[in-house]
Amino acid sequence: MKVLITGVSGALGREVALTLDAAGHEVIGMDVRPWRDAPKTVSLHRVDLRKRAAEDVFRHFRPEAVIHMATVTAFVASGDERDRINLGGTRAVFEFARSHGAKHVVFVGRHTFYGASSDLPLFHREDEPPMGIASFPELADLVAADLFAGSEIWRYPELCTTVLRVCYTLGPRGHGTLAGYLRGRYVPTVLGFDPLFQFMHESDVANAIGATIKARPRGVFNVAGAPALPLSVIIKQTERKRIMLPEIAFEAMVGRFGLPTLPKGAVEHIKYPVIVDPKAFNDATNFVAQHNEVDTLRDFKQAFPVR
Amino acid sequence: MVFVLRSLSREARERVERLELQFGPYGVDHFGVSKRHLAQFFTTLGMFYRHYLRVTREGMQHIPPRGRVMLIGNHSGGVALDGAMVLASLFFDREPPRLAQGMAEKFINKTPFMSSWACRTGQLTGLPEHAEQLLAAERALLVFPEGARGTAKLRKQGDSLVEFGTGFMRLAMKMRTPIVPFAFVGGGDAIPTVANLYRVGKWLGVPYLPVTPYILPIPLPVKVGLFYGAPMHFEGTGNEDDAQVQGMVEGVKEKIRALIHLGREVIT
Repeated sequence: MKVLITGVSGALGREVALTLDAAGHEVIGMDVRPWRDAPKTVSLHRVDLRKRAAEDVFRHFRPEAVIHMATVTAFVASGDERDRINLGGTRAVFEFARSHGAKHVVFVGRHTFYGASSDLPLFHREDEPPMGIASFPELADLVAADLFAGSEIWRYPELCTTVLRVCYTLGPRGHGTLAGYLRGRYVPTVLGFDPLFQFMHESDVANAIGATIKARPRGVFNVAGAPALPLSVIIKQTERKRIMLPEIAFEAMVGRFGLPTLPKGAVEHIKYPVIVDPKAFNDATNFVAQHNEVDTLRDFKQAFPVR
Repeated sequence: MVFVLRSLSREARERVERLELQFGPYGVDHFGVSKRHLAQFFTTLGMFYRHYLRVTREGMQHIPPRGRVMLIGNHSGGVALDGAMVLASLFFDREPPRLAQGMAEKFINKTPFMSSWACRTGQLTGLPEHAEQLLAAERALLVFPEGARGTAKLRKQGDSLVEFGTGFMRLAMKMRTPIVPFAFVGGGDAIPTVANLYRVGKWLGVPYLPVTPYILPIPLPVKVGLFYGAPMHFEGTGNEDDAQVQGMVEGVKEKIRALIHLGREVIT
């Protein structure tokens, strides 16, 4: 199958491209960033999704499936830029896909859609609304992009749309929010709080996206693997040192003294869990994660040892 | 004292190993319940349950050894002494030991340390979703239908019952779960609350601050009792009219009232 991947040069984009390439799909990659050691079988295009050249790629290749991964978090882009990438880019992908014959679009979103707060339940299901925007406004554009992608399901029923809400990733590529938070020797936490964190091996996420392309389920799905673990266990097992800070000091110290930078609203996500129930996805695609929590933490620790 | 603590710690660890919960490779289950935290928690709780308070318990055989069950009882005592004693009785005096999982007040998850300890010991925030998830996982769910109205009872009201909510009954029918009624008596003597300071509690981020004649709400070493009744089964979908559900709730309330009378006679 001819599959176009946006955001292919990101760590997870590469993993997905390699997985689909190895499975015999014809992979077309699109990103403004380079991917220097990409396999020759992957057709790479350094274009901006919101520019005319991007539509040319769709027009020329006419992919059957599109995997949209070109979204960014508050860790890598500021407010206006995030809006342009996450909302403008998502809109463009769906327009180009519809105009040029794609049959399936997969929007790869995040489980943080549901938000973190003291009075939210564990094991979010897909029918729940986003509840975290008030405390974490930097999430708003990603939440809006997720909802926009979801609206395509009823707006254009002739196009199969799958929205994935993927939990944190961890593994040898060091992709994602959790990996960035755990990268250094010292990991700041909020004193008196130890939330569960749900994470999944990067290669399992790639396989889950591969399973989505194969099964082509229509709808919104949570994606997760092994059960969640307390943050303290994750920090200990990756041989980092936990720095427990009172909440007021946490907000003042993150981003300084060698501690990772976090958006202001992220403190709720360091205090409370975001855990999703992936049953609907597993039932729809027969997906089974290959890595348990021990493998995943070990692979991350070996790839990013503390110095 | 040290010997007692060591013995309790050993017993708590041994009993945690026999809990029929699915712990992962790091000793944590999918709700976040931790073997290490449970052992420490029950060592401390065991001191109160076995060696400080004089706890009478009857009807332990009514608690099913496994499978979903709702333990429905009365509040007695200004803080969660009643819930703590139920947890201890299922853990120390039931074979195999079971973990009762309560529905915690929302302020607990907002409060440093209380938040992490409540999660690691399986006491999740009182949300309908959590109750359903726990029952679906075949856990023992502990519910006090009097809610915060019940914990606010003063000493003289210790053995009384205030209004019951109906949510527990709808949940029991929807999830096809037996209800084991229980009475906890003597909580008002253990923590003789003379007043509840609501305004001070608001400043501290809690619903209220109970005050005893000796100021702090620390339990006294008195007789208390736990009395479990036979399981009650209710047929339905959980979507019945309020009037119909209220009738069933009254049936459970009457059973608990009878157990309180029985309990009061036994411990006095």
